[in-house]
Amino acid sequence: MKSINIEFEDIIGRYLNINVDNTNYRIYVEESGQGIPLLCLHTAGSDGRQFRHILNDQKITKNFRVIAFDLPWHGKSNPPEDYELKDYKLTTSLYKKIIMSFCDNYKLNEPVIMGCSMGGRVVLHLALEQSNYFKAVIALEGSDKLEPYYDLDWLYRPDIHGGLIQSAFVSSQIAPQSPDKFRHETLWHYMQGGPGIFKGDLYFYWHDGDFDDRSGLIDTSKCPVYLLSGEYDCSCTPERTLATASRIKGAKATIIPGIGHFPMSENPELFKSYIYPILDEILK
Amino acid sequence: MIETWIVKINSNKRLIEKGRWVNLTFTFGIGQNDYLFEIIEGKVISTTKRTILTRSGAFKIHGEKIAWEKHWLNIPPRDYHDIFAMLAKKLIIIDGNLTPFMQNLQYFKDLIASNRQSIK
Repeated sequence: MKSINIEFEDIIGRYLNINVDNTNYRIYVEESGQGIPLLCLHTAGSDGRQFRHILNDQKITKNFRVIAFDLPWHGKSNPPEDYELKDYKLTTSLYKKIIMSFCDNYKLNEPVIMGCSMGGRVVLHLALEQSNYFKAVIALEGSDKLEPYYDLDWLYRPDIHGGLIQSAFVSSQIAPQSPDKFRHETLWHYMQGGPGIFKGDLYFYWHDGDFDDRSGLIDTSKCPVYLLSGEYDCSCTPERTLATASRIKGAKATIIPGIGHFPMSENPELFKSYIYPILDEILK
Repeated sequence: MIETWIVKINSNKRLIEKGRWVNLTFTFGIGQNDYLFEIIEGKVISTTKRTILTRSGAFKIHGEKIAWEKHWLNIPPRDYHDIFAMLAKKLIIIDGNLTPFMQNLQYFKDLIASNRQSIK
C-alpha cells in the first residue's frame, strides 16, 4: 500500500463534557504544543478559531500548551439541552464557572489565561478571584468597564439577518491596515454565530461583567496582569484599557498601533511581535 | 465631488450586488449641505441637493466636512475609519427609520467608504 503524507496543521480538536450547575455542556476544544498551559478565550459572538495562528505558531507552542475552547452556544460547542426554552444571556457567574470547570476537567495546572474582548474582561475577574491558580492573565482588548454605544436589539430580530448584522457591526473594530484575508476570516466567524448569541454575550461584556469597582483589588505580585489593546479598537478603546491599567497596581499595558479589536486573528504577525515578549517574560 | 463618487459607486459591481435589495432614498449630510441619495436595487440613480426640508428620505447620516475628509483618507485615523467608529465618538449622527439601514449595514458602510481614493 502506498504511504500517503498528509500535511496536517499542528492543532488537534476534541470534545469533552463538563457539568455546571447540574447542566451538561459538550465542549469543543483545540490544542497544540507542550509546556505551560496557555488557555485562550475568544471574543463575544465568535469562537476559538480566532486563535489558530497562535495554536500553529511553533515559536509559542515549543514552550506553551496552547488551548482554545468554544464556549457553549459558540462554534462547535453545543448549547445545552433545553436551550430553546429561553434566550441566551451570559452572566458573569456562568462565564466564570464554565472556565473554571473546563480548567478542572482538563486538569490544567497553573495555566496562563489569555482572553480577548469579553475574554479580556473575565480574565480580570479571575486575576482577582483565582490569583493562586492562574500563573498570569493576559487581557487582549481588555478593560474593566465599557460604555455601550449601540442598541443590542438590532442583533436579534427576525427582520434583520443576524450573521450579516453581527459582521457589519464588528467590522468597525478592525483596523484598515489589517490584511483583507484576515479581516474577512474574522468577520466570517461572526457571520456564523447562532441567533441571539452575540447579543447574549454582550450582556456580560456591557452590563453584568463591570469590574471597575474591584479591579484595583487585584494583586499583580500574586497574578501578573498584562493588557494589550489595539489603536483602532473603537469598542475597548486604548483609553479604556489604559484607564483600567491605572487602577491595577503593577499591571503592564501596551497599545498596539495599526491593529483593532481582534489582534490575534485580524493581523496575526503584528500581534505576535507584541505577544512574544510577554510570553518570554512569563517563561522567566 | 458627489458626481465622481456616484460613478465609483455605480461602477462597483460587488457593491451593487450587495445592495440589490435596497430601494430607498436617504440623506447624506456634509456640513451645511444635505444630499438626497435615491437608490434603486443598490444603484444610486440620483443625488439632489436637499432644499425642501420636509424631504429627508428614510434616514439621515450627517457629519462635518472635516470628519468625512478624514474618513475618506487612504488610511483613515482611528475613530474615523468606519461610520460606527465615528458614531461611537459622536463624529456623525444617524437618525430616522434605521431598519433598512441596519438590514443593509455593510452595504451602506461600503457605499460611504467608497469615496476613498484607494478603494478597490
